[in-house]
Amino acid sequence: MEKRVTFSRWSIGILFAVPQLILIFTFFYWPAGQAVYWSLTLQQPWGGGNIWVGLDNFRSILSNADYWKSITASLTFAAISTGLAMLIALVLATLTDRQLAGSRLYRVVLIWPYGIAAPALAMAFRFILAPEAGFMAVVNQVWPGFWDPGLDGTDAMASIIVAFSWKYVGYNFIFFLAALQAIPRSLIEAAAMDGSGVIRRFWDIQFPLITPTIFFLLVINITESFQDSFGIVDIMTSGGPANATNLMVYKIYSDGFKGLDYSGAAAQSIILMLLIIVLTIFQFRFIERRVHYR
Amino acid sequence: MVERTPILNFLTHVILFLGFVFCVAPFVIVVIAASHNLKDVNDVPMSLLPGSDFWINIKTAWTTADLGPKLFNSFIMAAGVAAGKVIISALTAFSIVYFRYPGRMLIFWLVFITLMLPLEVRIVPTYAVVANVLSPYQTILDLTGLSWLIEKISGVQVSLSLGLLNSYTGLILPLIATATGTFLYRQFFLTVPDELTEAARMDGAGAVRFFIDILLPLSRNNMAALGTIMFLWAWNQYLWPLLITTDQSHATAVTELKQLIPNVGGIPEWNIAMAGTLIVMLPPLVVVVVMQRWFVRGLIATEK
Repeated sequence: MEKRVTFSRWSIGILFAVPQLILIFTFFYWPAGQAVYWSLTLQQPWGGGNIWVGLDNFRSILSNADYWKSITASLTFAAISTGLAMLIALVLATLTDRQLAGSRLYRVVLIWPYGIAAPALAMAFRFILAPEAGFMAVVNQVWPGFWDPGLDGTDAMASIIVAFSWKYVGYNFIFFLAALQAIPRSLIEAAAMDGSGVIRRFWDIQFPLITPTIFFLLVINITESFQDSFGIVDIMTSGGPANATNLMVYKIYSDGFKGLDYSGAAAQSIILMLLIIVLTIFQFRFIERRVHYR
Repeated sequence: MVERTPILNFLTHVILFLGFVFCVAPFVIVVIAASHNLKDVNDVPMSLLPGSDFWINIKTAWTTADLGPKLFNSFIMAAGVAAGKVIISALTAFSIVYFRYPGRMLIFWLVFITLMLPLEVRIVPTYAVVANVLSPYQTILDLTGLSWLIEKISGVQVSLSLGLLNSYTGLILPLIATATGTFLYRQFFLTVPDELTEAARMDGAGAVRFFIDILLPLSRNNMAALGTIMFLWAWNQYLWPLLITTDQSHATAVTELKQLIPNVGGIPEWNIAMAGTLIVMLPPLVVVVVMQRWFVRGLIATEK
């Protein structure tokens, strides 16, 4: 879509774009380029600039078992937390959309979690899921040693998944509800007249009509699970125990700023960037085309 | 709605109520834990009746983590990012939509691509840029030989340096450098009728006047929605403030939370930790509750 009526003074038009261009050049394109440069070079220990090493940084990272462990952990985290958050949100949104008494209350309350900072909710869940105080302690009294995120990698992973899903249920709920309410009521009423029940109507009318939203949320949830998990991991587990929750962004942070391995961290950043770009392109090209109803 | 389904209605109420509990329980537990004393909070199972130490715990958390100035910093950062986004995105969108200069599509794509890579994945080099924000320009001058030229002519050696670590500018600017709001405005500007522009031009208004007197007042709703979302987003930032505020004076409330985690083997002061958590999560929660309409609208509009 283009404007028919425009202004003719080019200079003014370009001036309007300048502030944003300067900002994105300085804080986006330059750092992104820098990351590419660092990932292909190695800083010399006593200064004197970087030496060109080609793809060595990538080779050493990809042959590192810790890095693969981090990728596996990230993907596990992304898959389970996205699945949980989306499924719970879809059920809640569909039921709220039935507009029984009290649905207004749910519409207000169910989105609260999304407003909370990841580290703050991580703190709350760290207490709730702590093995010696809080609520899992009750379970531990009945089965001693059943739950200990400080020692058991699976428990730690479960904790961060619960915390992340809790926040994103609220987020997904907003989008699902908006999509469901955009479906014309007459369509559903017509189906009901033809004798289809609630569940039948969901699978044959509502679900197909909200597939674009489902795919959109799928991509957003996965990318967010790479980024927004940092605060949760840092507060709840610090990547432990034994690197079980050392997700990719957390590893970039700890390698780059704690281990001061800029080149290694840059190479990891590039791999993560590629992963996210592929996901985004996938969303734009593949999904937008396949799922199109209007 | 259209038919009678008593069993399903009952199930709906049950499931929605469970969802409600699932959403609210963590908030309730934080408040209750924040009201207990040290012994009660570590009881297994913890009593769900509120204790009496609420204000004492809030006070202790406030002084331990020095939350007063930290909340102020958070507020400055969040307000700065929200205001910056609202203004800069409007300018760019206006330029992209209402002009036909060569290279317009290039600018459009340059801005669009920034949506793909969030700050978290390019964190290390961005940190290096903020440490000396003029380093990109210094490098460009060096590479093009311009700094050599300037030195020859004027005798001044060019070394640009401006560190933004531990400053509000450093906290705010990199968070503004993405395209989120630009597309919200673009979509809206495209729906503004052309007749309005024609009428304004006929009355002798230039581009700047049209922008300030007609377009901006029309986009008030967009501004409120974008401002709310960006305020929350910036308030909840964690990794970026954690990195660039090495000095306590510019740390934000969210990064300070870490100070309150009870150490392994130390005194498990969960009541204080939960009181601190409550203080930090309260401002965004108030914004969500008060600005609910704008919040929902902004979320749906910025992401799509």
